[in-house]
Amino acid sequence: MTEALFNIFVFPGFLFVAAFGLTAEYIDRKLYALMQNRVGPPWFQPLADFIKLSAKEDVVPQNADTLVFKMMPIIAMTSILTAFLYMPMWGSKALFAFKGDLVVVIYLLTVPTLTYFLGGWYSRSIYSMIGAARSLTQLFAYEIPLFLSILAPAMLADTWSLSEMSVYFNTHPWAILCNLLGFVIAIIALLGKLEKVPFDIPEAETEIVAGAFTEYSGRLLAIFRLAIDMELVVGASLLAAVFLPFGLNYGPAAGFALYIVKVLFVIGLISLARTIVARLRIDQMINFCWKVIAPLAFLQFIADLIIKGATR
Amino acid sequence: MPEREVKLTIGPQHPMLKEPESFLLTLRGEKITDMTVRLGYNHRGIEKACEGRTYIQDMYLVERVCGICSHSHSTCFIQAVEEIAGLQVPKRGLYIRTLISELERIHSHLLWLGVAGHEIGFDTLLMYTWRDRELVMDILALLTGNRVNYGMNTIGGVRRDITAEQIPQILSTIDTLEERTKYYVQVGTQEITLRERLSGVGKLSKEDAIHLGAVGPTARASGVNRDVRHDDPYAVYGELSFNVITDDHSDVYGRTLVRLGELMEAYKLVRQILKQMPEGPIVVKAPRKIPAGQAISRYEAPRGEDVHYVKANGSDKPERVKVRAPTLANVQVVAHMLKDGYLADTPIVIAAIDPCFSCTDRAIATTNIDNGRTDRMDWPTLRTYGIDWYSKQGIDFAELNRKLRTMRESN
Repeated sequence: MTEALFNIFVFPGFLFVAAFGLTAEYIDRKLYALMQNRVGPPWFQPLADFIKLSAKEDVVPQNADTLVFKMMPIIAMTSILTAFLYMPMWGSKALFAFKGDLVVVIYLLTVPTLTYFLGGWYSRSIYSMIGAARSLTQLFAYEIPLFLSILAPAMLADTWSLSEMSVYFNTHPWAILCNLLGFVIAIIALLGKLEKVPFDIPEAETEIVAGAFTEYSGRLLAIFRLAIDMELVVGASLLAAVFLPFGLNYGPAAGFALYIVKVLFVIGLISLARTIVARLRIDQMINFCWKVIAPLAFLQFIADLIIKGATR
Repeated sequence: MPEREVKLTIGPQHPMLKEPESFLLTLRGEKITDMTVRLGYNHRGIEKACEGRTYIQDMYLVERVCGICSHSHSTCFIQAVEEIAGLQVPKRGLYIRTLISELERIHSHLLWLGVAGHEIGFDTLLMYTWRDRELVMDILALLTGNRVNYGMNTIGGVRRDITAEQIPQILSTIDTLEERTKYYVQVGTQEITLRERLSGVGKLSKEDAIHLGAVGPTARASGVNRDVRHDDPYAVYGELSFNVITDDHSDVYGRTLVRLGELMEAYKLVRQILKQMPEGPIVVKAPRKIPAGQAISRYEAPRGEDVHYVKANGSDKPERVKVRAPTLANVQVVAHMLKDGYLADTPIVIAAIDPCFSCTDRAIATTNIDNGRTDRMDWPTLRTYGIDWYSKQGIDFAELNRKLRTMRESN
């Protein structure tokens, strides 16, 4: 019982993910700033932002649906935290693992986007509603490529479990190289999921203020922002587990250090991507995802099918 | 998005806008079907204030019409005053004025490039261009003592001379900036997302540009070869050789290319000015009282043609000052450019005219809140309208008039 509580609230649960999430936000912002020739924030800035927001008043708009409005940040955070429990961190085995946890993780990572939509939609503000509609439109564009690119290595490893996938790739290290295209596709799709440039269309500041989050303030906004930081960590962990599953046999400490390095590498790639491009328009984004990214994801899938047939 | 029409108000307070202004968009999905612009949130009464101050005081007031093209406005105003007073400004003074105006163009265009980047979510471009803009700001501070609102002009010339030690500093900064601008041209023409976002957005055909009276880079990007510096040379532009940059893209991408091209021309101009600058006095003594008369002055500000009208009555204060800032000429074009565009393109299309709303807000437009009509009423119609409106409120002027008349007669 105490161990379960420790797992949920301290490690690898809430406290660890929150700390890691805030660190990830700091690293993302610092890298972004350095690449833009700026100084960037001090290390405690994300935490300071969180504390400041938490101390502020929660304003619920008069027309908003109070229950939905208040529930959504918490649902977003819990679903992300739950997804994190299935991430292998110090070896090939996660804290919880069962056959098919990959599907559950992907499903749980879709929930936050739905909460952005519902939270924005029930704010009943025009900016929030446009932002919410854009979140959902964007979801349909990046989810398929993301699923397909993660499905390809899973199919190669012949399992639906993240832990078993790591075991497979550890015994067949060459197979990691087969999925490089899938890795690039997954990074691009993850940018869409995390709503970062070039896919920050749902919260495009210069058009619709803050999109779905326009009406959020105080603690609720703090929770939402923390949830987004955690989503960054969980998304990066998922990509690290699926596409970079090497070096897992050196014991828990080395494995854990390597896991952190891998996640930070993925976050670094995300920062780089958002530094060098401009925001796309929603129609351009959907065209790009369906006409370029999705066919490439199919290509990766077919390539893995052929490789699997050839090696059997 | 539901396919019904939604009204979205952008402004007066919105992250897109740096100054208060209101745009009412009618949206169908992400498409804009209609748009109305409402000016007038920044009316400061500068023209009226000018009438109560002396010419020297007005010069500093007019300089504050705009925070970016301050030198443009003060030069434009002073040219009109000097024309009325019949002053011959010494050549060196005119060269220094032109130098400052070209440096100002560089700083304004670099600023625009950054703003454009920010509006399409490309903050890296913003950070880079604004970093480089500091270099030209430093040069302006070196020459004039101020980063903005230079206070360089005075009636009859300029207030500060340029020393021989300053020239190498200006030239080396210009060399650095030219290198950086070449890089931005590369970024602008090769970065895929940037081109995707700018091409085909905010279309304005050549005919429409002429018909709607667009000025400056907005018009030149639609292929209209119109530049006051070239068509009606003021200061020393007649003695300098430069190209008027035009472009046939007729969209925001074209406007970006025009501004980048003008930056390159401005570097050339600065070098020419420093090379050709003659020795001599920089200012002539101007009378405190300007003889009666009137003049219109034209000036190619970074944003387009700036027009000042000054009427003097022989005293030390002007009788009337009228400012037509370039944004006023361009703001009508925005509504035309946005029609049938995307909501996502609104920020960049508005930013592409390089708007400066506080410079523009001078006239007050009235809208009838009952029927949304913006046309004006003549005096008799307004009078009948007023009488009708008050009689609906239960106030009868006929009765009041009768009472007033009896009161007067009894007195």
